[in-house]
Amino acid sequence: MINTNLNFVSKFKKANIASITIFLLSVIFITFKGLNFGIDFKGGTLIELRTDTNIKASSIRETLNFMELGDVNVKRFGKEGDYLIKVEQKEVNNNKLIPEIKNKLTNKLNAEIDFRRVENVGPKVSSELLKSSIIAISLALAAMLFYIWIRFEWQFSVGSIVALFHDVIITLGIFSVLSLEINLSIIAAVLTIVGYSMNDTVVIYDRIRENLSKYTKISISDIANLSINETLARTIITSITTLLALFSIYILGGEILRGFSFAMILGVIIGTYSSIFVASPILKLLKVSSKTLEKVDEKIIP
Amino acid sequence: MLNFSKINIILIYLIFILISIFSILNLQNKDNVFIDKKINLGLDLQGGSYLLLEINSDSLIKEKIQSKVIPIKKLLKDNNLRYQDFKIKDKTLSFKTDDIERFKLFFFSKKDNLINPYIDNFRSYELDINELENNYIEIFFSKFGILTINNSALKQSIEIVRRRIDDVGTKEPTILQRGEKRILVELPGLKDPERIKKLLGKTAQLNFRLVSENSEFGVDELISETGEMLKISKRIVMSGENLIDAQPSIQNQQNEPTVSFSLDRLGAQKFGRATTDNVGKRLAIVLDGKIISAPNINEPITSGNGMISGNFSFQEATDLALLLRSGALPTPLDIVEERTVGPDLGEDSIRSGIISLIVGFILVILFMFYKYRIFGLIANIALISNLLMLAGVLTILEATLTLPGIAGIILTVGMAVDANVLVFERIKEELKTEKSIIHAFDTGYSKAKITVLDANITTLIAAAILFAFGSGPVKGFAITLGIGIITTLFSAYFLARHLTSLIVLRNNNKEIKI
Repeated sequence: MINTNLNFVSKFKKANIASITIFLLSVIFITFKGLNFGIDFKGGTLIELRTDTNIKASSIRETLNFMELGDVNVKRFGKEGDYLIKVEQKEVNNNKLIPEIKNKLTNKLNAEIDFRRVENVGPKVSSELLKSSIIAISLALAAMLFYIWIRFEWQFSVGSIVALFHDVIITLGIFSVLSLEINLSIIAAVLTIVGYSMNDTVVIYDRIRENLSKYTKISISDIANLSINETLARTIITSITTLLALFSIYILGGEILRGFSFAMILGVIIGTYSSIFVASPILKLLKVSSKTLEKVDEKIIP
Repeated sequence: MLNFSKINIILIYLIFILISIFSILNLQNKDNVFIDKKINLGLDLQGGSYLLLEINSDSLIKEKIQSKVIPIKKLLKDNNLRYQDFKIKDKTLSFKTDDIERFKLFFFSKKDNLINPYIDNFRSYELDINELENNYIEIFFSKFGILTINNSALKQSIEIVRRRIDDVGTKEPTILQRGEKRILVELPGLKDPERIKKLLGKTAQLNFRLVSENSEFGVDELISETGEMLKISKRIVMSGENLIDAQPSIQNQQNEPTVSFSLDRLGAQKFGRATTDNVGKRLAIVLDGKIISAPNINEPITSGNGMISGNFSFQEATDLALLLRSGALPTPLDIVEERTVGPDLGEDSIRSGIISLIVGFILVILFMFYKYRIFGLIANIALISNLLMLAGVLTILEATLTLPGIAGIILTVGMAVDANVLVFERIKEELKTEKSIIHAFDTGYSKAKITVLDANITTLIAAAILFAFGSGPVKGFAITLGIGIITTLFSAYFLARHLTSLIVLRNNNKEIKI
């Protein structure tokens, strides 16, 4: 991996077209197909149970259909005999709902049932959680933007924020396409992706800045290419170690962490791609040159 | 960057040892407590119930505005203000008066204003008015008036919730105020919260009222426990406030579970007088607007002790006694969020969390060793010390470890090596141009420093925001991620750098492969 000299810049155009297309597709999916919000954000009741392996999801569904609960979703959750039941939010929060469901299932299914997890989120709380999650993500983006703006020039700030949007929207787009559930831990994942992608972008930007002041005669395209190549080994190695850890959670971490680790895996891959193919071309687009940095010299360079 | 003074070296290892030694505390047995600090397990890992309760102060506010009617009418009369059409509407009072300005003068006086007190900390009055058309005005609680009512109701509710939960006897409950209207309750180890939910779902306002056809205070029609419709005087003979104790008991003759209670002095007097004056009549025992029973008063009860029967099962009698002992809630409580995790799911989560942590850790260590050999070993030592310190800091803070928190640690493992990778790659580059190996390592470290800092601060920002806005488990993730970044920086920049310097300096500028 030493002495890499790949021509990334020549692939910028193709990559950008691909990025824009996928980005737009993601926006379309998120707008029209929407996101599959879990009970954290939509309100409702969730029950995870373990029962005999010969009990079918359909018999659980039938039992619950008699209760006229509205939209009920039953699916297998991990091992055989493990199920996840989701009941949609009613306007009024019924505190007796959970014991009623438990009783009904225990009586009708005629089997040993272990209620492993029960969650109920009321409409007020769920809308607050959604609101605070949106605030958290926006604040995180703003804080990063600000940090980069202080540490670099505004062009870098724009570049990194575009890359971040790219990562977050595409990750959510993939969640929309696959109808994967968005819950609180996915928001945590998205924020970590924001941090990771930023981390990756900063490493390349740092090198671009350094090279810009070192080679004043070379064009930004070549500087970008050089910097990406110089940091490529690090980019790949760090992605590999992070992905090793993430795949370990994805495969062995149990059902509850699966969505979270999947989002993170997507994010790391997309984030790595975007720091090379999204964040760097934007500097070219914004006509960054060694002159851009001259003003920086007056600022403090550590 | 490779020269360390003795003091530096001592400091680095001292800090490392002092922090990581705390991680050992988690291994000690409970009975053998040396320093009582430990990483707590979140409810998702140890199992238990999380409840978020919200006070519903609507009825309280209605009650409070009604209590203002007589004082306001008195104020109007005392000051010769003519009014008409005085109405009580839900949470507002309205009337018509010709002299609004003069009314406002009295209504908004800061001195000794008992009707509409001025709340100093909010710089606002308790009540506010709206001037409507045709000289009508409307009186209602101001924003801060409502806040004050909610606040005191919430404080009182927390106290009563605590008493009820303590009485049930769950281990180590957490009961905290959340915002202006909410109470957070965490009950570790509780498998089924239904009984607690039932107990918290009752306000338990107990009244003793006479059954009478007509009363000067007006009557309520309620259905008794046997199904008959009874007319009950609105006058309260005695309320639950006067109870000092209540216990379940078995009445010997019929073997029927009952609740026996004892009253304080005032209660005993009131009760004695009422029962003396009304022998032969029926006394209804009303809980939260429902009749429990309406027995005959056979003889005056002056001892201050009494008994409530009402076809209870023993469990019901026990719970009623508990509710009466703990006192009435000022407002009903709504359960707005509930999360319960069974203990075996918690165990499963810990197991799979730890297995994935170990596997992820081993994979990263093998990869780093393969990639950087001896320096990979250094990075791995740094990684292990990083984890020890992370565990140490979590112990010092007595942080709560959640399942996402474990994920945060695993992620730290993956990302922690980044700092070392950045440095090593930089050194490799320097080695290409620099003849002096020591010099190459030196500049490698100093040049990579800025990048490492920049890169980690961004993640730290994300973690800080997650911590501030996240709830429950997500907060746990933010804590481990955030602390992980700081320990990572320390282990990469001090520990690993010192170890590297030992190798490089000893090697004396001979060829080094990195």
